[in-house]
Amino acid sequence: MTTAQASAAKTRIAGTLYRGHEGMWSWVLHRITGIAIYFFLLVHVLDTALVRISPELYNAVMASYKTPVMGLGELGLVAAIVFHAYNGLRIILVDLTGWGTRHQKAMFYVVLAMWAITMLGFAPRHLAHVFGA
Amino acid sequence: MKNFNLEKAGWLFMRGSGAVLIVLIFTHLSVNLLSDGGVKAIDFAFVAGKLANPFWQWFDVTLLWLALIHGANGMRTVINDYVLREKFRKGLLVALVASTALLIVMGTLVVFTLDPCPVGSPAELLPSFCPVA
Ligand code: HEM
Repeated sequence: MTTAQASAAKTRIAGTLYRGHEGMWSWVLHRITGIAIYFFLLVHVLDTALVRISPELYNAVMASYKTPVMGLGELGLVAAIVFHAYNGLRIILVDLTGWGTRHQKAMFYVVLAMWAITMLGFAPRHLAHVFGA
Repeated sequence: MKNFNLEKAGWLFMRGSGAVLIVLIFTHLSVNLLSDGGVKAIDFAFVAGKLANPFWQWFDVTLLWLALIHGANGMRTVINDYVLREKFRKGLLVALVASTALLIVMGTLVVFTLDPCPVGSPAELLPSFCPVA
């Protein structure tokens, strides 16, 4: 790469309001968590439908949700859901209020803080259930 | 309706259903993961006990419809963004609509047709209100 090319490549990334900043990362996380939750939901409606077949079958399949590995998976799932929910509220505020766009960065940090607080409340109780404390 | 715009209706639906889903999903997760026993307490007796109550029937059906339509509409955007081959994109959208419709119909039937006390099942697997055979 010549020096001219290198500096051209650099200026294309620098000087943007979006790329590499809060706006972009909140979008990336919103999309990844949304897709993950959707695929869980497909499986989840099917596993719940097993109650209609027989108590024995439903209980046998639910037992697989109670293992340590799945318990950690559920923690990750809830983490994804809580982020998607709070960031969704941020998107609604950006779209529907006059002031939302001006404060979207600050609101992203509020989302992260509320996410951390919610998970600190949820994780100990869920892990105690899973690991039988 | 001359001013009706389907994309705008979808845009509004994502925001409206998103706000409602926060309440529904946080309630769903609290009742199923944070009440006594957490995930380990989920079995046929637990689910049949809930779904014997019309409140939880309508709660679950509302959650089912809103979550699947919200999720499928989100996946439509993702597919439109990334799938560039026109035939493949159309095929995925058809599969998306078909699987969503199937899960909505199946899930709704499960909620409203579940027999909480199926004859011939051992009493210890059933809700405590079932008559002992
Ligand atoms: C690890 C977290 C979750 C657990 C342990 C869980 C547990 C359950 C259980 C036990 C049922 C049976 C009926 C009832 O209790 O209401 C159920 C049904 C349902 N859940 Fe969840 N759930 C979880 C997450 C979710 C999420 C994130 C969604 C939505 C995106 C969701 C949507 C539904 C729906 C729509 C039904 C009704 C399905 C039907 O009747 O066909 N659940 N869930």
